Amino acid sequence: MSHDPAHSGPAPAVGPVSLGPEAHVMVGNADKFINWCRKSSLWYLLFATACCGIELMQTGASRYDLDRFGAVFRATPRQSDLMIVAGTITHKMAERLIRLYEQMPEPKYVISMGSCANTGGPFYKDSYCVVKGVDLLIPVDVYVPGCPPRPEALIDGILKLQKIIEQKRNFAAKA
Amino acid sequence: MEPKAIFEAVKGKFGEAVVELQEEGFRPAFVVVSPESVREISLFLRDDPAMKFDSLMCLSGVDYKDRFAVAYHLHSLEIGHRIGVKAYLPREAPSLPSVDGVWPAANFQEREAFDLYGIVFTGSCDLRRILLPEDWVGHPLRKDYKYPEFYHGIKV
Repeated sequence: MSHDPAHSGPAPAVGPVSLGPEAHVMVGNADKFINWCRKSSLWYLLFATACCGIELMQTGASRYDLDRFGAVFRATPRQSDLMIVAGTITHKMAERLIRLYEQMPEPKYVISMGSCANTGGPFYKDSYCVVKGVDLLIPVDVYVPGCPPRPEALIDGILKLQKIIEQKRNFAAKA
Repeated sequence: MEPKAIFEAVKGKFGEAVVELQEEGFRPAFVVVSPESVREISLFLRDDPAMKFDSLMCLSGVDYKDRFAVAYHLHSLEIGHRIGVKAYLPREAPSLPSVDGVWPAANFQEREAFDLYGIVFTGSCDLRRILLPEDWVGHPLRKDYKYPEFYHGIKV
């Protein structure tokens, strides 16, 4: 919206006439705009504990190029919107994972990547040290199956998460 | 040096503390020693000019159900021969002297054996759990280990 510099003092009442021929106005839904911003800059936390981490690195590297979707990695949870849990989570790691998740600012999203993070994977049946699914610790938005999932699968998971973000209502009346 | 000759030399020096030579099915063969003398025998194997076992390749704990064992795999980089040393421990309160003063590499492996089998290495410079959380209860690689139902409120 352009503003006439000749005007000083209190701004005049805004109406269709006062905008003038130079005005660039976009009318839309605030929810849509906010969701578009959020889904287009999903900065993800570098959090890789096992072989899924290799696929995560590959997804971020030039061949699959996750940057196309506005998703770049961050080395600190305080700058991240998305946590991709890539790998086996042991009980010793669980506390650290929860701490990292709690340090992320709202709104935050979680993708559980690979069998280990989804359910415990090959360690489901007989393991004393592996957490049987990261959803026992933190809320998960998207599960990506695979052992490990290929980069295409992870990208599909991120697109699915973008669809979820698109549907969020930011200004709905609180119950 | 052949395992037989190493066994004879150690037996000649330490006598009763050296129990037997296990050759069948083991490569290298194992010299079975009493747990109390592990440290002295290790020092001898490292420092004797005919032995010169300067490398501890592996230190493992074993659970035989009726007893435990600690197995040491030694290698001499200078002479090029190898030998295993093994000490059997009782099921109740297994403990033997630490060899981390002989080979510093032993420390992490002793911590692992302590963590997963509960074998106590006396005189160790730093005997703590290495893989599991500090407050974990029990030693999971023991054959009679019972899995806990929850750990810090998370289902195991």
